[in-house]
Amino acid sequence: MYPSRFGYESPKSVAEAVALLDQFGGEAKVLAGGQSLVPMLKLRFAAPEMLIDINNIDGLRYHRVDPDGSIHIGALCRHEDLEFSDVIAKSQPTIAAAAHLVADPIVRTRGTFVGSVCHADPQGDWAAAMIALDGRIVAQGPKGKREIAMKNFVSGPFQNALAFNELAVEAIIPAPKGVARGGYLKLERRVGDFATASVAVSLDMVGDTIARAGIALAGVGGHTIDATEAASVLVGKTLTAESIAAAATAVAAAADPRTDHRGSSDYKRHIVETFVSRILTGIANTSQKAA
Amino acid sequence: MTSLYDEVAPTPPSNVPTRRITVSVNGEPRTLDVEPRLLLAHMLRQGLKLTGTHTGCDTTNCGACTVLFDGRPIKSCTMLAVQADGHEVETVEGLASASELHPIQEGFKQEHGLHCGFCTPGMMLAAKALLEKNNNPTEDEVRWALSGNLCRCTGYQNIVKSVLWAAEKMRAESN
Repeated sequence: MYPSRFGYESPKSVAEAVALLDQFGGEAKVLAGGQSLVPMLKLRFAAPEMLIDINNIDGLRYHRVDPDGSIHIGALCRHEDLEFSDVIAKSQPTIAAAAHLVADPIVRTRGTFVGSVCHADPQGDWAAAMIALDGRIVAQGPKGKREIAMKNFVSGPFQNALAFNELAVEAIIPAPKGVARGGYLKLERRVGDFATASVAVSLDMVGDTIARAGIALAGVGGHTIDATEAASVLVGKTLTAESIAAAATAVAAAADPRTDHRGSSDYKRHIVETFVSRILTGIANTSQKAA
Repeated sequence: MTSLYDEVAPTPPSNVPTRRITVSVNGEPRTLDVEPRLLLAHMLRQGLKLTGTHTGCDTTNCGACTVLFDGRPIKSCTMLAVQADGHEVETVEGLASASELHPIQEGFKQEHGLHCGFCTPGMMLAAKALLEKNNNPTEDEVRWALSGNLCRCTGYQNIVKSVLWAAEKMRAESN
């Protein structure tokens, strides 16, 4: 398979990339890691006039924790950069748990975190993680930068809130109130398959008390599901068998799975409930050990 | 003759805009004029006649087309040839020297790590990337590193053994 014909530009700066996006008025696509876009071009699901390859822009391949505790992930940070990152392993358990479950090890050398969030695949790992983490996307357009909250960023399946002339340059994960706890579990038939169901959990904990709870789901609905409202039953509480069971039941009710070749709707809902319970129980057990 | 993979001609018709790229392939600089839509896998196979890189699923699943790009494994059916401009690509043809097999190739021979051989080049390059980062991997780590490469013959047992064999040989050689 090969893509239909397109023009190709490889700008050297973000300003140049944004100018090109503006010039092509919605007929251009940004190429970062290309691990979703290139297959889509080959399958002719996408046929842009112009491809704007941002891989030659210096200074976009980074991830760092700022002194205030917020985490910043640049547009060219590859999945494997996060998978093998010491700072992520130390500071952000949801990202750390998800990083080695994204696609397969070879795709992870090339695919990018920000690109995956922008792709907004209903079965994508990073959009779910970012919603659970209450993250933001920094979009740069001709008139400057703006931040878009994740809950407003994914506007539908494979749809995001970027304007045609905006480039997503960075993802921000806000500093936790207290200590960041969390996890990510995914059920897949084999490595690299789309998720049957996956669950992202992010808790901010002050002592034993949950100050903020974010949960998001992938693979169990027509779009990434924000289950934060369901997770709010945890806020102000400690992790006990009762609070964990209540949260797992509430989150499973927020899932909207369809029966397909990966499993029945009931089965997927059961997996969501099990995963929420497993992640929260794991956090409760490690908190106890630390105390 | 038209083959299954003769898709985008490595030398496009004169009315199609091309870009001149220079790619280091197995240590040798190669300069080509390519259409932006030409995939790296097709550039290697048709443009440079390096047919050791196989295209299997063509959908980023199977890993048969794995090559090393600046030392890291990538699926060459999922990268454009123009993106390789100024970069280093290593294919299976770059593994052996004139007189000697690479220890990974020797491992696959010693441990019967292949049946039909279609997935083998991708397996070996994924293994090389692993062993360059970690020369003493556990069986689990080998399985993990090869989880983006599919084999429909072997059931993976002997592939894993082959990589562990190579790791041991490479450790012995570096001592």
